[in-house]
Amino acid sequence: MVNRNADIIRNIDWATVALVAAVMICGWFSVVGSSSESFSTDLLSFSTRPGKQLVWMLCAVVLSALVMSITQLFYNSYSYIIYVAFMILLLATIFLAHEHKGSRSWLDLGPVSLQPAEFAKFATALALAKFTDKYSFNSQNFSDIVKAAGLILIPMSLIVMQNETGSALVYLAFVFVLFREGLTGLVLYLGAMAVVIFIVALKYADVPVGQMPFNVGKFVVLLIISLLVPAQCWVMQHDRKTSLSLLYVTAAVTAVGMLFSGFIIPFDVTYLQVVLIVTISLWLVFHSFKAIARKYLVVAGISVLGVVYLFSVDYVFNDILQDHQRSRINVILGLEDDPKAAGYNVNQSMIAIGSGGFAGKGFMEGTQTRLKYVPEQDTDFIFCTVGEEQGFLGSSFVLLLYLALILRLLFLAERQPSVFGRVYGYSVLCILLFHVFVNVGMVLGITPVIGIPLPFFSYGGSSLWGFTILLSIFLRIDAERLASY
Amino acid sequence: MMNHKYDNRKYLIGFLAILVVFVYIVRLFQLQVLDKGYRESADNNALLYRTIYPMRGAIRDRNGKLIVSNQPSYDIMVTMRSVQNLDTLSLCSLLGITKSEFDARMAEIRDPRRNPGYSRYTRQPFMFQLSASEISSLKQELYRFPGFEIENRTIRRYEYEAGAHMLGDLGEVSKKDIEDDSYYEKGDFIGKQGVEKYYEKELRGEKGVEVLLRDARGRIQGSYRNGELDREAVPGADIELGVDIELQQLGEMLMQNKIGSIVAIEPSTGEILCMVSSPSFKPSELTGRHRGENYNRLAAQFDKPLFNRTIQGTYPPGSTFKTAQALTLLQENIIDENTLYPCHNGFIFGRLKVGCHSHSSPISLVPAIATSCNGYFCWGYYHMIGANKYGSPQKAMTVWKDYMVDMGFGYRLGVDLPGESRGMIPNADYYDRHYRRSWNGLTTISNAIGQGEVTLTPLQIANLGATIANRGYYIVPHVLKSGQFAKDSLYMERHYVNVDTCYYNLVVKGMRQSVIDGTCHAANTPDYLVCGKTGTAENKGKDHSVFMGFAPMYNPQIAIAVYVENGGFGAVYGVPIGALMIEQYINGGLSEESQRKALEMSQREIYYGESKR
Repeated sequence: MVNRNADIIRNIDWATVALVAAVMICGWFSVVGSSSESFSTDLLSFSTRPGKQLVWMLCAVVLSALVMSITQLFYNSYSYIIYVAFMILLLATIFLAHEHKGSRSWLDLGPVSLQPAEFAKFATALALAKFTDKYSFNSQNFSDIVKAAGLILIPMSLIVMQNETGSALVYLAFVFVLFREGLTGLVLYLGAMAVVIFIVALKYADVPVGQMPFNVGKFVVLLIISLLVPAQCWVMQHDRKTSLSLLYVTAAVTAVGMLFSGFIIPFDVTYLQVVLIVTISLWLVFHSFKAIARKYLVVAGISVLGVVYLFSVDYVFNDILQDHQRSRINVILGLEDDPKAAGYNVNQSMIAIGSGGFAGKGFMEGTQTRLKYVPEQDTDFIFCTVGEEQGFLGSSFVLLLYLALILRLLFLAERQPSVFGRVYGYSVLCILLFHVFVNVGMVLGITPVIGIPLPFFSYGGSSLWGFTILLSIFLRIDAERLASY
Repeated sequence: MMNHKYDNRKYLIGFLAILVVFVYIVRLFQLQVLDKGYRESADNNALLYRTIYPMRGAIRDRNGKLIVSNQPSYDIMVTMRSVQNLDTLSLCSLLGITKSEFDARMAEIRDPRRNPGYSRYTRQPFMFQLSASEISSLKQELYRFPGFEIENRTIRRYEYEAGAHMLGDLGEVSKKDIEDDSYYEKGDFIGKQGVEKYYEKELRGEKGVEVLLRDARGRIQGSYRNGELDREAVPGADIELGVDIELQQLGEMLMQNKIGSIVAIEPSTGEILCMVSSPSFKPSELTGRHRGENYNRLAAQFDKPLFNRTIQGTYPPGSTFKTAQALTLLQENIIDENTLYPCHNGFIFGRLKVGCHSHSSPISLVPAIATSCNGYFCWGYYHMIGANKYGSPQKAMTVWKDYMVDMGFGYRLGVDLPGESRGMIPNADYYDRHYRRSWNGLTTISNAIGQGEVTLTPLQIANLGATIANRGYYIVPHVLKSGQFAKDSLYMERHYVNVDTCYYNLVVKGMRQSVIDGTCHAANTPDYLVCGKTGTAENKGKDHSVFMGFAPMYNPQIAIAVYVENGGFGAVYGVPIGALMIEQYINGGLSEESQRKALEMSQREIYYGESKR
């Protein structure tokens, strides 16, 4: 046993540990830098946030040691039990939690409050890893994919019910995990299309095309959809002739429509585009049977879906999203410019980062963050503190640290001998990537304001411990990779 | 088991991670390195530049008596962003203003056209220059009105209510002032007239600044970088004037109920000893909150009390000008001490007649000055303009004009006060234009006796007196006591007039004679030798009463010009006022007899009607 434990310790990937430690130390100094206390007050005192964070960090080290001392067999065998337990906890939280800023996600446990959603990530990752690890799993099998999606959607829904939409969105990261395991690229393609259509349709909804009675948003989206039809035919079926003729027809019809509308009688060209897409789709359906090219069915389906989606974006945006969500999206799209309300956070955070300049204002010299112009300056918006006090050099360094960590984890995941280890590893790195993407993107005014923390960096025990467990399990799995098989 | 079919997908995921970080670093570069505007936005948020106002320099008289100092006053400032839950009514009642006045002022502050550069984040002046008593009740309750602050400022305090024109006043800077000098900000005060304006840069000192940190709620969180960027205010320099404030007071008293000027100069230095422009006003009227309404009231008055007649008023000098003529004629050898001219009640040439009073005839220079003979100076002038040696009246006129300019007429003397007039000395061109080149000494004969086109400021008349007292030179008159600032070297140099001292001695002799038994007899005193020359200047209304003189005859201490509009003969107002002023200055006070005379003089009133002058 002693020997084996020594092996485990030797086999732990210390590079990852060092990278995480570096991120945590940078994070702690940023918490100090953004606190309004002067440096002279006792930073180690538990009454200050830097002091508390230090305690959370020490706990995280202990927690990590504990988690890593348990064999991967345990995690492997009890994955589903752990998953179910956490799903019950998430459900219970909805009823037990006291309301905090509109969400019901925090459980009071004496001196600390915990957010179960942060811990459900590793449970979900374990369950997904276990599920894909089984011999019969086939990423091309529709029912397997639905089951896997179910594992992801259950915690997502429960967290949405806690009114923590942001944290729920993190679970989208698992789509990339499944993609690695063979999920068709169509899903990512459609996802990317959905985002592009959403943004273009909304951003240019009120921009008219010259004097013509339709808007740029709709027109461009329909143009993209109609031009993608020949492209998809080419990629999927390698049918050069059909693709080219479809391209010519689309271009000709659209051009004629535009010219007619522009110079003769102004009319809504988007109707023509819809008719064109539907006609081509019907023809593709017909053609797919005739030429026994079933992929054309998919192309037709995507096109029609795209049109339907376009027409439902308005509805989703105006009737399904909540006010604050709509407002955040409007701010990001540059449609709403109210630096006092929705845009205030983003505006102030960009001022904080921008004012840092190349080398930064210096440790504890950030006026934007220390004087509380940036809200949540040590939690969700902590990257502002780095940007303001450490400048371009410091913030790029932090981003590169994360990149190094993620690429290291990718390397570790790829060297796993089991699907279980690989899927779990991908879960860890995809969640980290998603957090960094959304959190830093929001601070830089690129992604909408979604309140999720910067991993191992933001102030707060729950997220730190959640990530610690998530990562530690993987390090243990990785350390055992040679022993177990 | 392990499926390696999709292994290439790891590259896509790795690429995604690299792409995200790359895009974000590009974005960071754009925000932090390329865009310089954010630094300013952050500073605008967090840094509060609080101005520390320096103490303005005090003003003293030639004897070191304090004339102008400072007293505390209070401005109320408002930062719109910080105003919340405002109890408007109680604030109004504490300030003693009405709700509608309050609303109007707030609207004015917010109006970008009337208040360019307005920002919700910076402090805006709400009310100016309240006194300690006006502010006391608000001070107690200020905490109830977030966004409102009291700022300590100072306003001028006048120890003597005299010398308003010379001292000038302070007013809020205009848009143009701010454009001209970036030192000023909205709400600052600047010298608008007089010494306050001319010596603004010396008096104002240097503003200091305190850089404070302000948090998101507008609360001050201490000084920025431990005050590294703070700058102390530098108090303004005290200045000393050449004026004798008691002489000034006496002059203002004597000129009560009359319109006119008194200017006295110390001949040896050019220092102005007093500068009385009547009607006057109290300098304190143009300080504090009521400045605006007082100013408007004074500006509307028919007798123009704001007008500084000593340097802005231009008048015919009358017979005082004969001294300058005598000097010119002597230097040009048109006359000498013994030249005799006839005068039978005036200068008569064909149909032209310039009247004179009865005196013996023919007459020589000294008695001609003493009796102020018109005929004598008309003959002299006529002979000069017609003299063969110049070739033409135009050329003679040019010579004559050059003497006048040399004596300090026709151009600004350069006194250290804003708004000086130059007066008028006609030249040959002037007459060529008006008389189509056909003119001669007769056409322009009134120049000989200080009438017609010639006008001088009272300061120029006094300076003529000082030049004669100095026997041939003057120092540009100035209110500042000599030798205080580097820029006043102009006020140290002697300007020699191109006339020989011996001729000056003749004129002095005539002026002395005038006091002994001539027109200035009333100014004669056994205590010291007074020299003088009266003037009785014709104009549209009743004659102006003028006196120009100096004393003592040897080693003169004071040269003076008194100009009383519509006062009649020079001997009626000019001479007695001049005599009292000379006595005050030389003796340091008035005898009982003179005090009685002064009181009587101050009560004498000239009626000017009600029409605008």
